[in-house]
Parts: sequence; structure tokens; C-alpha cells
Amino acid sequence: MKHIISALVENKPGVLAHVAGMFAARAFNIDSLVVGRTEDPQLSRMTIVVIGDDRVLEQVRKQLAKIVPVVKVQDFVGQPVVARDLMLIAISVPPEKRPEILSLIEMFRGKVVDISQKFVMVEISGPEAKIEAFINVCKPYGIKSVARTGTIAMPRHAKIEA
Amino acid sequence: MKSKSRTSAGSADQITRRGEQAVKTGAQIVVDTLIEQGVETMFGYTGGVVLPLFDRLYDAPINFIVPRHEQGGCHMADAYARASGKVGVMLATSGPGACNLVTGLATAMMDSVPLVALTGQVRTELIGNDAFQEADTTGITRPVTKYNCIVKDVKDVARIIREAFYIASTGRPGPVLVDLPVDVQVTKCSTGGPAEMKLPGYRVRTKGHARQISTAAEAINKSKQPVLYVGGGVVSANASQELRALAEKAHLPVTMTLLGLGSYDQRRPESLDMLGMHGAAYANYAVQECDLLIAVGARFDDRVTGKVETFAPNAKIIHIDIDPASISKNVSVDIPVVGDAKVILGELVKEVEYRERKRWFNKIAEWKKKFAFRYDQDSSTIKPQFVVEELCRQTKSGAIVTTGVGQNQMWAAQFYKFIRPRQFISSGGLGTMGYGLPAAIGAQVAMPDVTVIDIDGDHSFNMTMTELATAVEHNLPINVCILNNGYMGMVRQWQELFYNKRYSKSYLSNPDYAVIARALGAVGITVDKKEEVPKAVKQMLAEKKPCVVDFRVEREENVWPMVPAGKSIDEMSGLDILERLI
Ligand SMILES: Cc1ncc(C[n+]2csc(CCOP(=O)(O)OP(=O)(O)O)c2C)c(N)n1
Ligand SMILES: [Mg+2]
Repeated sequence: MKHIISALVENKPGVLAHVAGMFAARAFNIDSLVVGRTEDPQLSRMTIVVIGDDRVLEQVRKQLAKIVPVVKVQDFVGQPVVARDLMLIAISVPPEKRPEILSLIEMFRGKVVDISQKFVMVEISGPEAKIEAFINVCKPYGIKSVARTGTIAMPRHAKIEA
Repeated sequence: MKSKSRTSAGSADQITRRGEQAVKTGAQIVVDTLIEQGVETMFGYTGGVVLPLFDRLYDAPINFIVPRHEQGGCHMADAYARASGKVGVMLATSGPGACNLVTGLATAMMDSVPLVALTGQVRTELIGNDAFQEADTTGITRPVTKYNCIVKDVKDVARIIREAFYIASTGRPGPVLVDLPVDVQVTKCSTGGPAEMKLPGYRVRTKGHARQISTAAEAINKSKQPVLYVGGGVVSANASQELRALAEKAHLPVTMTLLGLGSYDQRRPESLDMLGMHGAAYANYAVQECDLLIAVGARFDDRVTGKVETFAPNAKIIHIDIDPASISKNVSVDIPVVGDAKVILGELVKEVEYRERKRWFNKIAEWKKKFAFRYDQDSSTIKPQFVVEELCRQTKSGAIVTTGVGQNQMWAAQFYKFIRPRQFISSGGLGTMGYGLPAAIGAQVAMPDVTVIDIDGDHSFNMTMTELATAVEHNLPINVCILNNGYMGMVRQWQELFYNKRYSKSYLSNPDYAVIARALGAVGITVDKKEEVPKAVKQMLAEKKPCVVDFRVEREENVWPMVPAGKSIDEMSGLDILERLI
């Protein structure tokens, strides 16, 4: 099962290496890992999507929490969260097919961020499934390249206030 | 970077002129912080980028021991910590010096030993340039330390060293490495300001959950066939007294892991000695038949559990451990209690009641009689087990014993009867050959008045024997007993049993160890007759100098019993051999 783990870590050199090294050393499976700043300049947030059974996930959480610069570990499994990926995708589109692709982009609430003779580059964000779906509908046109962030997530408001 | 350090040094000077704070170099701050942390003895080896530190250590009130190899130094600091309960300290230069620490750090990491390693590093501005003797020390040592970091600002030196000692010695102890670029060592800085620790991600839970403790006590009171299974955590938590109180009050048999040896007096009737791959058959049977397994400071290592699916199949499991991550890692636990073993056992004692458990103890007594550790006492050759028994007899179970790795280690664990914690010092988790001699040195430095014996293997000794020179230099009366079978005996045993006696690369020609000992300034004795063993041991123990005794033991003796890899721990080989020797 897929779990979204959110870890607040001290904003120090070596922390990413430590976390990534621990996952490799213990043969845990990372689907994606995103690191970014938070509201507190001393802390960064790592959002890690991990695949495994309950037992593996228990170890993942405990081993993460054991790393000294890791301040807090949450597993969002089973709770309402907003989870989002961001993607840039370059699709090859000959001029005659542009109207068609533009309406697709609109349906997915994507944004055209660059355009040339042969390609359009689209920025699109949303739950992973939506991103995947968009990739699928673009396939027939030809995908030149894809850059994705991996998932970031936050529990829904009600939860934060509680 | 350079100009930045100059400014900070400048401002520091100004502060002193105002007479508010002292100005010190990074190196001086390191040494002062070590002293503040109670360091009386440390180990270290010099080099280019630690010269500022060595200069400050020149007249510091610290007993400083220089090994012949940094790995040896790291093992010395490790054993110093294991023997004394204090934090061991090892200092090395950058690059090759730091790389030589890796085996020592990994050894300490696997066995949860509190160690602070300090390494020099090239100047901050050269880092990443493949500078001379540069190595990515924090990168290389990250997986083998509990924590490590590089100090890039002299203002952080005192705080980080304090944090290093705190992290190394609290929670589940472990090695911490601090990398100190040489420019940070020479930069001046005003001190006296707050150097409080900043560790928002580091929490230690010592007190166990009260309800969990009560649940555990109830389970103990209800159990008809309980077994206490204790590991190195009891030793590092200094919880032997509480363990004894619990075992006596509730009347529980106690078995120990390799690293747990010494935590329970093996002369006591409750002791089931060591369990596991080469553990006592009676311990393994008791674990397999128990209805309640009370694990304390032990981690269900595969050398203990054998085939994990069939380990203690009928037992409810209580697991007391300071490390939440070790709970339910290998075996799923029914009653976890996270916290300090000393505190939790102390609480548990209050809630348990005496139960006679006559049938259980009778059954155990029968197993004990039938499957005691035995060897052929009538053999004309020197049996390695006989040497260990003789050592135990003549030292009245009182020596500190260190070991190499292999058969020698297992015989030391089986035939020396330990009576107090911190008496048995061995590389359990990593199984580091070459640990025995430097460990004996570290232990002897920590405990100058106690007899220290390294029960070693010939090939283990080969790996670090250069440290004999260190023992001679410091006049340490350590005793090295080489159980010299001319083989990598444990490897040979596996080849005999599982590879058709094809002894592939498991023997080398050995030197004359007594001659080597003498060349290095120690006493060297060779024993090749069985009847000479007691006399040689006596002579060795009387020596004031380091002494090496080369016991030419039976070459193809095996360690029994043995749980073959992948089998349950009650599927032992060699029991017929033990029974025949009754
Ligand atoms: C550094 C290291 N290298 C290799 C091994 C693998 N190994 C385990 S036991 C052993 C043989 C040990 O031989 P010796 O020290 O003579 O001990 P004996 O088993 O003969 O008592 C070897 C090679 C190890 N444990 N450590
Ligand atoms: Mg040998």
C-alpha cells in the first residue's frame, strides 16, 4: 500500500543524504521524495511516498524518527489529506492539432507555459491520478519530456485545527 | 571563507578587550569541552589537519593513548567505554585516518557503544576539491554512526561537542562523529556565551508507560513457563541489579545474548547462560517451550532467533527496549515497553509476585544436566575449551574477557562463567576480527586494577597484533591467550559441515607469536602440551608486562551445539556429541 509520510527535518546539510541513505540501507521502497522549505526557516519538510505493508511502514516511521535531525514524522494513511503533484510536460503538437489539445488542457485545468512550432509545454497540478490521466491522453500526440515533482501533501483543515 | 574567519576572530578579540569573555581557538575549545565532559582518557593518532588539536592536547590533563592504527584506537575507545560505562573518545586525522575509523565505528554502532570520534578535515574552502587527504568523512561514516556532522563555524564547536557526548551516551547509545576542518580549529572565537544544545529532533523516552508495565507484570504473574531473555541493553543501562531483583522476586530463568553476558551472575541457579546459534541447548529449549518471553535490551538478532517464524512459537512476548525501532522489527511483540531498562525493571519488580514454577524449573534442570557445554577432557591434545575453563578457574571468574571473532569467541562465551556486567567485551553485532587485542588495551586502561584477558583466535590476532606495541608502551599488563588452531576455525567448521571439508583459503601460515611478542617487548610463551596449560596460565597472570600465550590447541575442534543457518533454535547439531561426553 502507498503511504504518504511527512517528515519535518532540521534545515541542515546532510539530512537529505541521511534520510535517503537510511531508505537504501534498509531496502525500503521510495516512490517519490520531495524536500522544500516551510514557514519556519530552521525546518524543511520532506514528503515521502513509500510502498509497503503495515510492518514495513511501522519500521519506516520509526527509523525516520530515529534520525537525529528528523523532528517529526507523520503518516497520512487513512486520514483526509490534500495531496498534489506538479508536472511540466512537453507535448508534440502540429499546428493543425492545437485546438484539440488546448481543449484537453482546459479540461484538465492545465496551463500552457510555452509554445513553439512543434511543441506545447503544459503546467499541470493535482492528485497523482489526474496527472497520470493527463499523461495518458497526451500519449497519442507524442510526449517529448516530462518533469514531475512527486507528491506533497497536507492534512485537511479540520485535522490541523484539532 | 577566509576573510569571514578573520572578521570573526577580530570581533572576538574586541570582546576580550572589554574583558567580558575569553577568546580561544577552535582547537582549545574542543579540548576544554572534552575536559568539561569529563574525559580523562582518550585515544588518537595524529596527522596534518589535526596538528592544532594535538598542540592543545600537548599539556592538557588528559591521558592520551596513541594506537598503531586508527582502527585499533577506535576499538580501544570502544572497549574503554564498554568496560567503564563512560564515553570513549577517538581522534583521527582527515582522509586515511578517518577512513581507518570505519570498522571501529561500525563495530560500536552495531553494539550500541557510546563513542565520540573527532576527525580533522581539510580547510573549509578546499572541501569538495579532492584536496590532499580529503575524504567525505561525514558521507562515509553516516551509516555507521548514530549521528555525525561537520563543524563549519568555530562558534558552534562547543555546542556540537556537547551534543555529540549527549547523543552518544543517551537513549540507545552509539558512536557520534564530529568532523573539524583545520581552519575552524585555528580560528579564534569568544567563548562563554551560551552553547546550549539545539536538538529539536532528538528525544529520549526513559520512563516506561505505566499501564504497559502493569500489563507486563500481570503476564509475568500469570505465566507458568516464563523466560527472561536479556541483551546488551541491560549492561549499557546499568540495570543488572534490577534484573537480579526481578528474576529472584518473580522467580524467572534468565538467558543472555552474547552481549548480555555478565548482566546476570552465571553461577546463580536461574541462569540459563547464552542462547542462540552456539548457545546452550537448555536455553534454546527453554525459549522454544516458554509461554512468556520477556526480552530486555535485546534485539532479536538472527544469531539468536534462528528461523524467525518458529522462534518461541508458544510465547507471548514482552519487549522492553529504549529504541522504539527495535520493537517489532524482527518479531512481532505483544507487550512493548519503551524506555530505560533500569527504570522499567525497577518498576516491574514492584508489581511481580513470586511463583514457584516447580515443573518448569525441574524441566530446565534436566535439560541443563543433559546438555551442559562439554568437551573431551581425556584428549591428549590441548582442547581450547580446557584453556578457557582454566582461565576462568584461575581468575575465579573475575577477569575482564575480550575476544576475537570465531570459535575462540564462542568458547570464551560458553566456558568462562561471567558474574558481573561489563566483564565480557566482544564484537557481537559486526563480528569484527581483530577486536580482541585493542579491546583488551582499552579495557585495561579503563580498569587498571582488573585482570584483562584477550581470548583470541590466531587469525583474529593477526589482524591487529601491531597494537601489542601500544600495550608495551603503556605498560599495560594485558593477557593475550591465542587459541591457536592454525585455522580460521569457524570458517573451517562451516566448510567441514557444509562444504565437504574443502578448506578453501581458511588457513594461513602463522608466525611464532611468542617470538613476535618478545620482539615487541612483551612476554611470549608457547604452550603445546596439555599438562603445561595450568602452569602457563599461572605464569601469565603473574606477569606485570603484557603477555602473549600461544596455546597450540586441537586443530579441528568444533563449537557445539550449533543451530545451522535457517533452522529453528531447537534444531541443534552436536547434541549427540555433548551427550556422549557425559
Ligand atoms: C574482519 C573480518 N573478516 C572476516 C571475518 C569472517 N570470519 C569470521 S570468523 C573467521 C575466522 C576466525 O579465525 P580465528 O581468528 O583464527 O578464530 P577461530 O575461529 O579459529 O577461533 C572469519 C574469517 C570476520 N568476522 N571479520
Ligand atoms: Mg584460529
